[in-house]
Amino acid sequence: MKKLLISTIASLALATGAMAAGGGDVHIEDHDWSFEGPFGSYDTLQLQRGLQVFTEVCSACHGVKFVGFYALDDEGGPALPEAQVREYAKGFEVWNEKTKEYQTAQYSDHFPENAGVGAPDLSLMAKARAGFHGPYGLGINQVVKGMGGPEYIYSLLTGYTGHETEDGLHENTAYPSGALSMAPPLEDGIVTYADGSPETLKQYSEDVTAFLMWTAEPKLNQRKRGGMIAVLMLGFLSVLLFLANKALWYPVKHPRKED
Amino acid sequence: MSQADENQTRRDLLFYAAGGTAAVAAGTMVVAPAVSQMSASADIRALSKIQVDIGFIPEGGQIVVEWQLKPVFIRHRTADEIAAAREDDAIISEMRDPTSENANKPEADAADVNRAIDEAGKYVVAIALCTHLGCVPTVNAGEFEGWFCPCHGSHYDTAGRIRKGPAPRNLEIPPVKMVSDTVIEIGV
Amino acid sequence: MSGIPHDHYEPTSAVGKWFHKRLPIVSLAYGTLMIPTPKNLNWWWIWGIVLTFCLVLMIVTGIVLAMHYNVGDGFESVEHIMRDVNGGWAWRYVHMNGASLFFIAVYIHIFRGLYYGSYKAPREITWVVGVIIFLLMMATAFMGYTLPQGQMSLHGTSVITGLFGTIPWVGEDIKLWLLGGPAVSGASYNRFFALHFLLPFVIAAMVAVHIWAFHTTGNNNPAGVDVRIKTKEVAEKDTLPFWPYFVIKDLVGLCFVLTAFAAIVWMMPNYLGHPDNYIVGNPFVTPEHIVPEWYFLPFYAMLRAIDFDIIFIPAAFAGFAVMMGSVLILAIAPWTDTSEVRSGRYRPMLKWFFWLLVADFIFLMWAGSQSTDMTILSISVTRLALLGAIYWFAYFLIVLPLLGIIEKTHTVPDTIEGDFNATHGAE
Repeated sequence: MKKLLISTIASLALATGAMAAGGGDVHIEDHDWSFEGPFGSYDTLQLQRGLQVFTEVCSACHGVKFVGFYALDDEGGPALPEAQVREYAKGFEVWNEKTKEYQTAQYSDHFPENAGVGAPDLSLMAKARAGFHGPYGLGINQVVKGMGGPEYIYSLLTGYTGHETEDGLHENTAYPSGALSMAPPLEDGIVTYADGSPETLKQYSEDVTAFLMWTAEPKLNQRKRGGMIAVLMLGFLSVLLFLANKALWYPVKHPRKED
Repeated sequence: MSQADENQTRRDLLFYAAGGTAAVAAGTMVVAPAVSQMSASADIRALSKIQVDIGFIPEGGQIVVEWQLKPVFIRHRTADEIAAAREDDAIISEMRDPTSENANKPEADAADVNRAIDEAGKYVVAIALCTHLGCVPTVNAGEFEGWFCPCHGSHYDTAGRIRKGPAPRNLEIPPVKMVSDTVIEIGV
Repeated sequence: MSGIPHDHYEPTSAVGKWFHKRLPIVSLAYGTLMIPTPKNLNWWWIWGIVLTFCLVLMIVTGIVLAMHYNVGDGFESVEHIMRDVNGGWAWRYVHMNGASLFFIAVYIHIFRGLYYGSYKAPREITWVVGVIIFLLMMATAFMGYTLPQGQMSLHGTSVITGLFGTIPWVGEDIKLWLLGGPAVSGASYNRFFALHFLLPFVIAAMVAVHIWAFHTTGNNNPAGVDVRIKTKEVAEKDTLPFWPYFVIKDLVGLCFVLTAFAAIVWMMPNYLGHPDNYIVGNPFVTPEHIVPEWYFLPFYAMLRAIDFDIIFIPAAFAGFAVMMGSVLILAIAPWTDTSEVRSGRYRPMLKWFFWLLVADFIFLMWAGSQSTDMTILSISVTRLALLGAIYWFAYFLIVLPLLGIIEKTHTVPDTIEGDFNATHGAE
């Protein structure tokens, strides 16, 4: 039993140590996103482009299994017309648990899981990574710049050096261990945009990152709006209560002299 | 009047304003969300409409699809079945339920053409729940070779009309439309 | 209820009298709501209401989440709540951050009690019940954190139950019993969910006892002097009824706190969480940086500080014992504090030691979040945390008894009325 805790603590120590060691050279660039800040919201067209990049490139290996096709027509999401989403869903095959067979995906289905080549699911990736830490373990950077999940994804996609290590890994300035097995997925011109946006690595990376932020936090627009209303309402109530309290206590704190 | 009274009035006013604001805040931030969270969620709402390819159903065959968490029969009738069902149109008035029970033709009677989804009468789509107590009937069974409900012995013909047994109404037909020759859309 | 003389509810109507004879619940509500409260209470006294509100908030949001949560598919059902359930994201974020609000409030509440001597006679029972509530809160929070079944949930559960495994002789059996198996499994999550649902109601009952206890003795107050209870007229010079004076005042505080809380949910709902918990729990991969939630960090730091055997006690168990002890030691404060003076306001030396304790607590919280190879001026963070832990225990075991003997206290006001008037300049 003693061994157990020691090994637990040791693994903690090792793990955190590894983090510190690996984290040294990692380069995560802060980036401005339309959805950042108290009033930020998703850029619908950007989400649509991101969906396109995801569909044409990422979805070959990665899934987003927590996302329902039906969410693609949500306002505050890619907001595609429903008919188009129904058509889009037909491009995927999903497992039907009731009939025990694969079938063409329906509007009400989720994106399929795609674990064929061991690529992680991307649904929550933008929230499952923190690009920023510190300083000194205080987490102030996360308050100032945000958690850094999208920045991590963006930096990873644009952070390939073009070198391969001896093990056939691809060197990347954003990846914690410095090199990863995923080959650079994007390059200039690989996806054709209909809306005339630049067809560059940077633009693709930015768009698909925004899309992945949406898959991780689909209700962000609602949260930014609802949160603001809640704060305004509670702030107003606070002021009213404060004044009521002051008026209530006034006679107690300023007793009139006996006539 | 006196300063004390003035203070009292001001205090009451603030109390009412705070109470009113608190009530609005509680209503919008607690009560309304607490009510709406129990209603159908987005994944359930997404089931409101499905498209089904029916081109592969052989004549005389039937598939069961799920729509709004309920099973739905889609039956491809043979020419004989269609003929038999249309012959019985003559005795609609004697049937227990002479109305179409068809969401697409709410005012119509139970004539076979009002029960099938196409003019030729090849396809019948019906919610696969016996109108008696909600059991799922068996296909190609019963005295009328339509459906037979094993729970309490209700017999339906191939148009899903109740002909014998305790069920009060014809099998319910959901909103359906043909999207193409081989694809139908159930739901609105 | 309280020993302070005050008006009681007298039913006037025939129906009221009939009812009162059979169930004096109106009288109980009246007595509780109109309880005479020392009128010099300052803003540090609002946290009791904030905590009560937190308990209600957590129970209400928790029940809503339980309507949609599915323990057999924990991770997916949390995502279902975040994506599909109407407003589900808000319920979940409020519940998730509500735990943090709860602990912020309880820490301020505890330190307020330590500063103003609220634990001292005759309020020992109130204090001890409070420590029990705190322990129940920690247990509830821990079990709640397991439920999203992410990486941190899973490995946090392993580590915490692993702590029980360090108990000599019976540890492994206890661990097996806690988890329902040799490792975290569906059986573990299922029981944690059941208990996570149950414990808040136990806490609610203990809160009622906590309130009952201090309504019996009367509130402490910043001056630390007792309400004069000779007659009702004299008592009224020291007190005001809880309604409306303190209800409204507490609501002001609560509302400001909630505004800040809403701002957190609005702008950075995941700041206090761990990104790793958005990854499905995988028993074969441990997250790189695994630490408990922030509110456990001070105690976790004390656990980690013991990385050596103490005589014949193995380090692992010693660490666990120190961690448990660091919470339980709060309960003995009423008996180790020997000072005649209750309020820290009139205790010049205690002030220093108290604020050092607060600083120590915050330092330990930071230390607990750091990896063990972190150093400050080339001293290991675990060694510094050891100093912190020693001071934490010393405060209760040495400082409090000693100060009662060597401290020269300031003059304490004679009455609450006197203290109140001195603050507010009335004659």
